[in-house]
Amino acid sequence: MRYLIALIFLLVGNQSLLLAQVKLSGKITNDKNEPLGGAHIHAGSSFAISDPEGNYFLELPFSQTRVIVSFVGYKTVSNTVDFTEDKVVNFKLEQDISALSEVVVRDINLKSNATILAKQLSTAQVERYSSNSLADALKEVSGVSTLKTGNTIVKPIINGLHSSRVLIINNNVRLEDQQWGLEHAPNLDINTAGKISVIKGASGLQFGGDAVGGVVVIEPVSVPVQDTMYGKTILNGASNGRGGSISSSLFKGYQSGWNWNVQSSFKFLGDVETPDYILSNTGNRENNFSGGIGYKGEKSGFSGFFSYYNAQIGILRASHIGNIADLVSAINNGTPNVVNDFTYNINAPKQEVQHYLAKMQYYHKFSEQEKLSLQYAFQLNNRQEFDIRRGNDRNRASLDLSLSTHTFLADFETAKSQFSKYKFGLSGMYQNNFADESTGVRPLIPDFTKFEVGIYGIGTFALSENTTLETGLRYDFSRIDATKFYLKSRWTERNYDADFLDIITGDFGTQWRTNPVFTYHNFSGSIGTKHQILPELTWFVNTSLASRSPNPSELFSDGLHHATGQIELGDLRLKNEKALKMSTTLVYTIPKLALELNPYINLINDFSLLEPKGVEQGIRGAFPVWEYRQVNAQLMGVDISANYDFANNLNYRTTMAYVHGTDRDNQKPLIDMPPLNWNNGITFCKKEWQYLVLGIQSELVFTQNRFPNNDFVVNVPVDGEFIPTNLEISRPPKGYHQLHFNSEMQLNTFEKSKMTIGFNIHNIFNTNYRDYLNRTRLYVDDMGRNFSIQIKLNY
Amino acid sequence: MKTIKLVPMALIALLAFNSCSNDDDSKPVNEEEVVTTVAVSLTPEGFGLPVVMTSRDLDGDGPDAPLVTISGSLQPNTTYDGTVTLLNELSNPMEDITLEVKEEGDEHQFFYTTSGGLTGTFAYADADVNGKPIGLEFTFTTSAMAQSGNFTVILKHEPNKSAAGVASGDITNAGGETDVQMTFAVSVN
Repeated sequence: MRYLIALIFLLVGNQSLLLAQVKLSGKITNDKNEPLGGAHIHAGSSFAISDPEGNYFLELPFSQTRVIVSFVGYKTVSNTVDFTEDKVVNFKLEQDISALSEVVVRDINLKSNATILAKQLSTAQVERYSSNSLADALKEVSGVSTLKTGNTIVKPIINGLHSSRVLIINNNVRLEDQQWGLEHAPNLDINTAGKISVIKGASGLQFGGDAVGGVVVIEPVSVPVQDTMYGKTILNGASNGRGGSISSSLFKGYQSGWNWNVQSSFKFLGDVETPDYILSNTGNRENNFSGGIGYKGEKSGFSGFFSYYNAQIGILRASHIGNIADLVSAINNGTPNVVNDFTYNINAPKQEVQHYLAKMQYYHKFSEQEKLSLQYAFQLNNRQEFDIRRGNDRNRASLDLSLSTHTFLADFETAKSQFSKYKFGLSGMYQNNFADESTGVRPLIPDFTKFEVGIYGIGTFALSENTTLETGLRYDFSRIDATKFYLKSRWTERNYDADFLDIITGDFGTQWRTNPVFTYHNFSGSIGTKHQILPELTWFVNTSLASRSPNPSELFSDGLHHATGQIELGDLRLKNEKALKMSTTLVYTIPKLALELNPYINLINDFSLLEPKGVEQGIRGAFPVWEYRQVNAQLMGVDISANYDFANNLNYRTTMAYVHGTDRDNQKPLIDMPPLNWNNGITFCKKEWQYLVLGIQSELVFTQNRFPNNDFVVNVPVDGEFIPTNLEISRPPKGYHQLHFNSEMQLNTFEKSKMTIGFNIHNIFNTNYRDYLNRTRLYVDDMGRNFSIQIKLNY
Repeated sequence: MKTIKLVPMALIALLAFNSCSNDDDSKPVNEEEVVTTVAVSLTPEGFGLPVVMTSRDLDGDGPDAPLVTISGSLQPNTTYDGTVTLLNELSNPMEDITLEVKEEGDEHQFFYTTSGGLTGTFAYADADVNGKPIGLEFTFTTSAMAQSGNFTVILKHEPNKSAAGVASGDITNAGGETDVQMTFAVSVN
């Protein structure tokens, strides 16, 4: 039957009847000289299909003609054939490895993490934030908000949880960059990302068992196996901050399977401003570089990757306060007590961070169904924090931490049959933290070494044509060995003599040297199903258990945190946090309309949080004291998103997220819960008008009325008298609304490259607002209007 | 091949960056900038013994409150010459922070107030390079009546000395960060 159809095509497809005809014929074979029947040959408007012996026959008009031969699973060949008389041209096709993997049906679309709806950001969305932070881009996903310290330090919050509870996986390496710190933004350059996904909850077991909040997976751009070279350069300019950034990347692929890439970014911004005043000392700089090399073979391959991140971040000068009395006057003043003229200079207080990452990965496919992957990665994170200091110490860091981490991963994937697939893995980590004492300031985090081993197994099963089940288990062992100095008075106040007398190893007059060594066992797991109820309706159900060891800040914090003006005390007695998250998602997709509804509940035992304990007196006056305690917490919420093409060229998009967090032990709301937010956007696209895109977004953030009352009464010196005043640090600011505009157009200025120009306005009406989750909200308003231009060149 | 060279490079990196903390060598950090001791010395103009008020907080930012001692009481209707000394007694050798404050006089200012039954008047007796007061030296004139109340010393780092009232000793618009805030219970008799 196939031959008959081929024959018919041969006769019917031949359209050139009027012009002088030339006959082109030949044989199509593969690289092993086996004939390829069914290959498609065409030239101009004529086409033919090769017969089972690989023979083909074409009649063409007289001239130089481009002949294209293609066959599924093989690389398309195109030759220019110059002939004046009948000619015989044979074609030999080579296997296209990357295309093959799409064709081979290993299973009924069984993919890892099939039952988790990982939210992905498109390359276009990622590129829009080329000059911003990772967390700014993640906000496009419903349920993700940001925890900020000013505008340059931005961390992602997934369903109400952040910092140590959100894992960031960069190019398959778990980012270890002192993420326990609330003012430590993820140390990575968003321009290295090709694809970004967000997994809400702990279902990504291959990444770790402690993702109480979720996982952000950043994957690099994938280079195909063919001779190709492409790249892009993105230039950004911003009016607020009076600076910009430039990022360039280049990718090269070879037919042989080799590939390499290089990427570099540079960012330079000065003070940003609110509608009313300059936020002094909020400039920032970034200097980043990354490169990779790899080989993709049929059976095995490897990749090497190196990245360097260097940032200098200014901390709002007005947020650096002294004692409680200073805090009260700063809050009551409404405007910052320090406003200088605009400058690009960054002085103390500031952060200087460098992050080095190097990784090597090797994979081997034993068969089409079995693949082993081995990876080693090294990270070094240098963090220096500069405070306002006196005298010769002016330019000395107050905190100088070096965190070096070695990780080793071994993963094995196997598909037993068309209906089941397994993935097993082993991971090991060795980490060392060094706190430099030459700062002359007692370090917030002590020297420690951490050793972790983990083992996991995930099984994915196709229960039926419409239902997939995935389940996994993981165990992690963690051991931390620290050298910590405690002031004897603090040791006694924490009552450590009762439980930890045996960890004292030295007496230094006013301080004890101690050697706390703790081990933690973490069991985690997940089970989920994906059910295709109707072709347009998919239903996901997922339950995951995450277990997280206490981080070094929760255990060892001990002292005045200048950035917050409060004394924060850790607790050696903290246990690991266990979170059970149940979530379900309904996805409804029809042409022009996509809807998603995702309610969830997260029950967390031994949830550690900072709670106010009282006030301590010193020479400097009184300071609020907060200590880490563990409570049983409950977070419930819902994420909704919809996407509707409501008219020709017009699209409407909306996302909404709500989190309800409670400290069940004390029947109090949880602190720092993102308020209800509702974002809407209308976009107009017209391909014919140079791919023009115009969009308006409305960002509506409601007032957070659920918050714990942690206010203090404090004696503030006024006119010589001490007046008891209420320190109002708990009440969240009022909700706000902002409008943003974005536009984009493609220009055909260059032959082989594509140039896109974008013009955006953030906060069109220059609205004054303060965000509950911006830690500088106590002192200043948030950023005002920002005009930005982006020029993107793809080549 | 380039890639094979990466392996020994990584091993070298492993060894170079792997700084193990040797427990026995670790020494504690004794804070260098902490003001552990504030001593205010009031010497009566004319003759008489100086009255010294001291506040010592030897655990720095630790939980123990400062220990306050006053050598005696003040005489009524007397003008005292006051000096302030700031020390870090945790540092070895002991650090005299007063000098540092003097050198950065334009970035520091002391504010003196009375409250809770104590009255009296203050006046600055020194100046920084811009002619604005620092307050390491000052005068305090007691009232004619017998009293007792609070004598407060506040040191501000990077205050706005040009703001209204600041140069004459009113802290209201000063801003800056508080480096010292001590209250002494004083009697006049």
